[in-house]
Amino acid sequence: MSAETCQCLVWTIAEQRDGALKDVSFELLARGRRLADKLGTGLASVVIGDGVSREAMTELVERGADAVYSVQDPRLAHFVCEPYSNALSGLVSAYSPSVVLAAATSSGRTLMPHLAVRVRAGLTADCTELDIEEGTGLLLQTRPAIGGNIMATIKTPDRRPQMATVRPRSSRPLPRDPARRGIIVDVPVADSVMDGRVRVLGYRKDADGSGCVEEAGIVVAGGKGLKKAENLALVRGLAEDLGGVVGASREAVDRGWIGYPHQIGLSGKTVSPRLYVGIGISGAIQHLAGIKTSEVIVSVNPDPDANLHKLADYAVVADAFLFVPELRRRLAARKMEADNHGE
Amino acid sequence: MRILVPIKQVPETGDVKMDPETGTVVRAGVETVVNPLDLYAVEAALRLKAERGGTVVALSMGPAQAAKALREAVAMGCDEAVLVSDRRFGGSDTWATSYTIAQAARKLGYFDLVIAGERATDGDTAQVGPGIASWLGLPLATYVSRIESVEGGEMILERLVEDGYQRLAITLPALLTVVKEIASPRLPTLRGKKRSKDIDIAVLDADSIDLDPSYLGLKGSPTKVVRIASPKVSRGGATVIAKDDEGVAAAADGLVAFLEKKGLL
Repeated sequence: MSAETCQCLVWTIAEQRDGALKDVSFELLARGRRLADKLGTGLASVVIGDGVSREAMTELVERGADAVYSVQDPRLAHFVCEPYSNALSGLVSAYSPSVVLAAATSSGRTLMPHLAVRVRAGLTADCTELDIEEGTGLLLQTRPAIGGNIMATIKTPDRRPQMATVRPRSSRPLPRDPARRGIIVDVPVADSVMDGRVRVLGYRKDADGSGCVEEAGIVVAGGKGLKKAENLALVRGLAEDLGGVVGASREAVDRGWIGYPHQIGLSGKTVSPRLYVGIGISGAIQHLAGIKTSEVIVSVNPDPDANLHKLADYAVVADAFLFVPELRRRLAARKMEADNHGE
Repeated sequence: MRILVPIKQVPETGDVKMDPETGTVVRAGVETVVNPLDLYAVEAALRLKAERGGTVVALSMGPAQAAKALREAVAMGCDEAVLVSDRRFGGSDTWATSYTIAQAARKLGYFDLVIAGERATDGDTAQVGPGIASWLGLPLATYVSRIESVEGGEMILERLVEDGYQRLAITLPALLTVVKEIASPRLPTLRGKKRSKDIDIAVLDADSIDLDPSYLGLKGSPTKVVRIASPKVSRGGATVIAKDDEGVAAAADGLVAFLEKKGLL
């Protein structure tokens, strides 16, 4: 089967780092699969990078893709907007997809608006729901706006492709199905795709090694109720117990307790973990805007009127300095029991 | 260096109110401010100017009232202010907005740098900055957290990505979008405030910019908002009040049980 015989009108843009695919690539396929099935078309995933293995490409197929467009070149190893946009706009012109989805990550949110201009198409940012409109077959793109106070549904009636970035962790990958078959198409990379004006010199990890809040399944965040920097240890400890990542309110970041990469809210990151725990966070609407799509929200704060309590699935009105150590003792005891059980 | 800083006027976030009847945002009577994330762009531009000399031009696309945002930028130290305003621009999505601003920038002549905020706190799309770069064919670096050096027409910088920082060299002219870490925005000076009152704000309308009319405003926007809904805010969650040690112990048990039930432990 050649690429021409695979009618894939829905595309996802896979993300990789150092040749390994990121989870969000599979989340996008779960979204795309549903849309493609509704439209009665195929689903393709585009992988731009260097050294992405056949096994990784096969995983894309096993998790929903009918075709994989592999764009591999040492000069494409790291994300740089211009060559990635050049490569993609070439593919879009050649195959005319109807829908193109990418992740609402630092790369996706850079690449997609750049590409949308190049291909004269419409783009919706950071969608949390996608659907196909009955009758018209148009992509319905729903996203939180105005600090999550409204949900706006947007469509692109005339221009193609219909493009959207999708909030990471807002959907789950499909299970691997080894029986699924698809084609892998090696796309030749022309020199003209390259653009020497931006060069990657290096990379350094965030000084606080606890990980990235946007990609985390569990986020434990601290706010000014912790009173001083040292007390953030409470949050770090609980995050470690739960296997989560440390987040913070703007106040905590502005006081220098932790770096900006950990700031959650309107002027920081937006997170959608399975579990968010807010400790000593009052819940200013700017902060709430960044956590509203979390699956489960837990709030710990001595103030019964704290805004975060109102949003929470489980609100604990208690002194965090008493409650969190008590909770950690429970978790430690539970873990010890489980370990003993395992022996 | 000649630096362009596109800024947006947004409603003050603490002030967002919903109309319970229509489910839409109440704009009337709401205080407006310069998009807080644009202040970092203004600051970054002013620091480059202080180091290297040059001119900083603030530009805003919006209704006549957006002049207020421009005056705030001038009060901080921007040299010139340009308002891109025309009823034909009304209802522009990010695509049409980036087109209009890019064409306005062309009209204003050469810039070594365009520095934009990471995104606006109202629309929250982060699409206009990269869109402008694409229209103008400028190399792009988003989420810039530090400018290390500028030498021989090349800038070395760091950008914030998911779990760290990417270090880049970028050839000027270029477009950057910057994050909070870049610099702490200065307050307006007395002299700046005085200047901001007297300054003539240049106004560019659709006729004074070279524009394709089919790319303008609501009509020229590829995306259309078809529905606005208010999401449910309350999750109807449980509240546990712990007043003493016993209460704390019970609350901890309760939360562990809750997390177990949710499959989170």
